[in-house]
Amino acid sequence: MLSFDENKTISKLADRYEKKRGACVEALKMVQRWRGWISDEDLNDVARCLDMSADELDGVATFYNLIFRHPVGWHTILICDSVSCWIMGCSALRDHLEKELHLKLGETTADGRFTLLPTACLGACDHAPVIMIDGDLHGDLSPGKLSEALASYR
Amino acid sequence: MERPLTKNIRPGEEPLSLEAYVRMGGYEAVRKALREMTPDDVVKMVTESNLRGRGGAGFPTGRKWSLAPKDDRRPRYFVVNADEMEPGAFKDRMLLEGNPHQLIEGIVVSAFATHANVAFIFLRAEYTLAARRLERAIAEAYAKGYLGRSIVESDFDLALHLHTGAGRYICGEETALLTALEGNRAIPRAKPPYPQTSGLWGKPTIINNVETVVNVPHIINRGAEWFRGLSRGSDGGTKIYGLSGHVKHPGSWELPMGTTIREILEEHGGGMREGYSFRALLPGGASTEFLLEEHLDVAMDFQSVEEVGSRLGTGTIIVLDGQTCPVGMLHNLEHFFARESCGWCTPCRDGLPWTERILAAFEEGEGEPGDLEILAMHTQFLGPGKTFCALAPGAMEPLKSGLRYFRKDFERHITEKRCPWR
Repeated sequence: MLSFDENKTISKLADRYEKKRGACVEALKMVQRWRGWISDEDLNDVARCLDMSADELDGVATFYNLIFRHPVGWHTILICDSVSCWIMGCSALRDHLEKELHLKLGETTADGRFTLLPTACLGACDHAPVIMIDGDLHGDLSPGKLSEALASYR
Repeated sequence: MERPLTKNIRPGEEPLSLEAYVRMGGYEAVRKALREMTPDDVVKMVTESNLRGRGGAGFPTGRKWSLAPKDDRRPRYFVVNADEMEPGAFKDRMLLEGNPHQLIEGIVVSAFATHANVAFIFLRAEYTLAARRLERAIAEAYAKGYLGRSIVESDFDLALHLHTGAGRYICGEETALLTALEGNRAIPRAKPPYPQTSGLWGKPTIINNVETVVNVPHIINRGAEWFRGLSRGSDGGTKIYGLSGHVKHPGSWELPMGTTIREILEEHGGGMREGYSFRALLPGGASTEFLLEEHLDVAMDFQSVEEVGSRLGTGTIIVLDGQTCPVGMLHNLEHFFARESCGWCTPCRDGLPWTERILAAFEEGEGEPGDLEILAMHTQFLGPGKTFCALAPGAMEPLKSGLRYFRKDFERHITEKRCPWR
């Protein structure tokens, strides 16, 4: 169930838009921030707040890369695999991550700590290759520097 | 050389607070426009400045603004496209993080010129630092009366909201962006009607790129003639050019519009890194056609780049070196476009994964001679006018030029039954 504060924030967000549903992505992200992912129950609650049907909202939620309809790890690692990062060696970073965390792209570690996801260009091509962990950008990476960056999230 | 857009940006440092921004002459354009000019005066000045949209298409900004119906009394919207997700493009990040008040000032003047009383900044979700800095700057601007009711004691009101996305490239397409803002799956719309007449919730809406909007206050302050004089060609102003790949100093720089590719690559980027040779480049992001060494002296402006068969696009150059497989690069590009297709129209939804699979087969040494014809066919069938929006035609631009310039590399993949670069 959504908390009182969550309900209030969603209503406030909805005021910005001519129709309430304009706030749906922001609302889902706000709920996801504390819960990690969007369960069916959360989806129903947010839909009710915004006068949408749950199916309609699910159609929007599943469209986006960063709204998770399945549980993800404590930390999400977005690895940029777009062209500049590819030229600068993001494939080696991915291999390194997969080996170090014992997972494949799209999976979560057995201890539930990390989820590894591919992402469209992170817009930091002058620092390629880059990854983003929980919204923090890490650039000019090599497999060695990547291990260092990862250590602070363990 | 003047750098109006970036002169108050210090890389790696906090952006100017509102007080500091005002001390540097900030919000003067708001005072001038709202107190001394009519919206039509502003549109006229921007039209005369020859400012062309910096999002990629290069449509004249003044003309776009004047296309909104004059006698329509319904509410209007002004929307900033800050959904920078084109692979290779990172120019708007600097403007968003480095000087958010400059953007807000541009929005106030642009919204005034287009009679909009509500504005949105549509920011991609991954620009988390930009979001934090914009939120703070918006709050500061409200507190000091640069946003909200009766801005600088004029009779103009503007509400500005920051809207962040959730990670889909298609949201940068202007009509998909509107669909997303309305809370629907971000699917493009057929044009006409154009957003200027029927945009957000069916109301007249003007959408401009971040770099376009931040030019506006400077045009108001210094005039159209000054702005045109910043450029080396007929398009007005400066341009933020970017450079990535195996060059000595990747980065972005504000330079006169029409600076040559060679100057950007060699003087600002320092040339190729030790051990890497130059092979080709994409001049304006992932959805532009390749250019070669013979094109290095081409001026980076809309017309000059078009004359040699490509597009200025976002002005952010991606360099392909001689040590990287061009087929692999094309595979990477098509993989991106196939993944980011919204799936709304059949040619894009089905055609892009098909091209991607063929390119993957080349990479694995399983390419066949007939595949080149199938790829060429796709560049036709997914070209301009064959799909709902510009995503697939954009995806075909590097492929089309790649088939022309790297044919021998494709053929080596077929005859050697492997990728020669691996």
